[in-house]
Amino acid sequence: MAMQAPPEQLAYVVLLDPTGAKRPDAMAVVDVDPASKSFAQVVGQVDMPNIGDELHHFGWNACSACLCPYAPHPHVERRYLVVPGINSSRIYILDTQPDPKRPQIVRTIEPDEVFRKTGYASPHTTHCGPEGIYVSALGSPDGGGPGGIFMLDHETFDIRGRWEIDRGPQVLHYDFWWHLGHDTLISSEWGTPSMVRNGVDAEALLAGKYGHALHVWDLRRRKHLERLELGPEQQMVLELRPAHNPTRPWGFVGVVVSLKDLSASVWLWFLEGGKWQIKKVIEIPAEPADPAVLPPLLKGFGAVPPLITDINLSLDDKTLYVSCWGTGEFIQYDVSDPHNPKKTGSVHLGGIVRRAAHPNQPDVKLGGGPQMVEISRDGRRVYFTNSLYAPWDEQFYPGGFDGWMVKLDVPADGKGMTLDPKFFLQFEPGLRGHQIRLQGGDASSDSYCYP
Amino acid sequence: MSDAQAWLALLGLGAFHGINPGMGWLFAVALGLQEQRRAAVLRALLPIALGHALSIAVVLLVIGVLKDALPDAWVRWPVGLGLAAFGLYKLVRCRHPRWVGMRVSSLDLTWWSFLMATAHGAGLMLAPVLLGWRDGSAVEHASMHEHMHHAGHHAQHAVDVAGGHAGHAQHLAELGASTPLLGLAATALHTLGYLLVMGLVAVVVYEKVGLAILRKAWFNLDAVWAVALVVTGIVTLAL
Repeated sequence: MAMQAPPEQLAYVVLLDPTGAKRPDAMAVVDVDPASKSFAQVVGQVDMPNIGDELHHFGWNACSACLCPYAPHPHVERRYLVVPGINSSRIYILDTQPDPKRPQIVRTIEPDEVFRKTGYASPHTTHCGPEGIYVSALGSPDGGGPGGIFMLDHETFDIRGRWEIDRGPQVLHYDFWWHLGHDTLISSEWGTPSMVRNGVDAEALLAGKYGHALHVWDLRRRKHLERLELGPEQQMVLELRPAHNPTRPWGFVGVVVSLKDLSASVWLWFLEGGKWQIKKVIEIPAEPADPAVLPPLLKGFGAVPPLITDINLSLDDKTLYVSCWGTGEFIQYDVSDPHNPKKTGSVHLGGIVRRAAHPNQPDVKLGGGPQMVEISRDGRRVYFTNSLYAPWDEQFYPGGFDGWMVKLDVPADGKGMTLDPKFFLQFEPGLRGHQIRLQGGDASSDSYCYP
Repeated sequence: MSDAQAWLALLGLGAFHGINPGMGWLFAVALGLQEQRRAAVLRALLPIALGHALSIAVVLLVIGVLKDALPDAWVRWPVGLGLAAFGLYKLVRCRHPRWVGMRVSSLDLTWWSFLMATAHGAGLMLAPVLLGWRDGSAVEHASMHEHMHHAGHHAQHAVDVAGGHAGHAQHLAELGASTPLLGLAATALHTLGYLLVMGLVAVVVYEKVGLAILRKAWFNLDAVWAVALVVTGIVTLAL
């Protein structure tokens, strides 16, 4: 149903100052209507009142989960953006009405309120869900663990407190999402705030201390059910993309790097015979490279790791997009059979060594690589930006890079993709884009109670 | 309010409750879609109706007992004002009872439906029917105590009425003498209307229309519901 929605005309993109000291982060409004004169340009921008928030992920106050049959509230509007700062632990609520091009900050939840009411810090991913807004947090205010989930009221935006009642053995946290038809929540693992805020900790990484498991929760009783281990060499289990159709109990998760060979991978979790299982379905090898052109962190390895930092699944659950931020490759897979993904497209842009250019400016070598991906609801347009997280950007792309955003067009059958030569947006110098949200919803905003 | 009007009002309110997606049919449809079979829709209907009936019965019994025990105005004013205030509150700030979960047993469904009906004031909405029933029959008021010992007959009268027999006005007046019992009969009839409409909507949406209907036709029933509460509150006061 949502796939028949009209095409989006605006996109919201968080912009961050990678120095965290010169200017406030901002929310940009990007014109994505091809018929418009200002297509592929920033048409509105609102600066935050503070410096150093590092806006990262964000989300809508309301979505299709508000239509869940057990407590439907269909008249909560998709209107407010919930925008947490991963470094400051501050949360801004932006109102996209009355003028969607000029969002306004209508509420600010200060860090000590987050600390006091939840015991968590570094808020990250937000999902609107049944009975409220769920927000993940990387850890505790002292920089340690555990990380977890807390809830906001989706009308007043008051903090309701921690979500978990019984967290079992779970400590590390990153992303979460759910299978609403199965009352199941899945969460993933990155690292605690002190393990990520100063860049990747090479020692901890080589010791395999970053996350390497998924957790399965009872969404209704807020209780940890089981831990799905990927193997200690699999480091940083990040973005979770469960099937949107609630009758399909499976989903994909990306793993940034394997300590064995620097490869990156995508895993499928699925319910079979009443038991949750997980297996690797995609592996992308590292690309050998001259140590002279590699950043200090990678010189010893003589190879560029693909670094899968984001993945995204189309609303029909048939096409998976994978960002290889290290090698600068963006890959499309046909996942009609989720157990056997088939590669159907690939585009190079940026990359630690490759520095591939955009057809719009073929002479400009690009820094950064495909990162935060968003897919339009009809699956015909894909957008991505190139920044990961300021301290990590600096480690893998020393000397920095400019922030850009691009668009790809996808044919109706979902197989193949091409860069739109007219869409190459370079943000204001000194600002980098991170997560993108599309007006009216996109492939990673909504979760559904109905098939 | 005459008897015919009262029974009609009860049926009508049952239909009104049945058509509200938040009162049950949507949950039944979703369960059917999740399991991909119509039997799941049908299986959900009775437990949901039972929960609704329990919620209504509790409210009507309480009002019935109070009405027999207290002077009329002592019941009418608090109930009427309470209804109006509750409706106004719902217009301003629409809070929902919390429930998360799709994997539900029949008992879960009954409990869920009971919670939803109670939290939405479904039973209270029937208050004016019950309170207004005997009005204008002063004679019957006077003879109320005399009739109390006839309680045993009342169940039979209720069956007659529910069966659609006309011309039982005087019996109903007697029946009214024991308001709690009348409350139970009212619950039964109300639930019948509710179940029929809910079941019809659920099956039609599941089989034919599809949920796309929600996109176009899901007008703000929360607001309609809140207004209905206010109106019934005022009616209660004005009776």
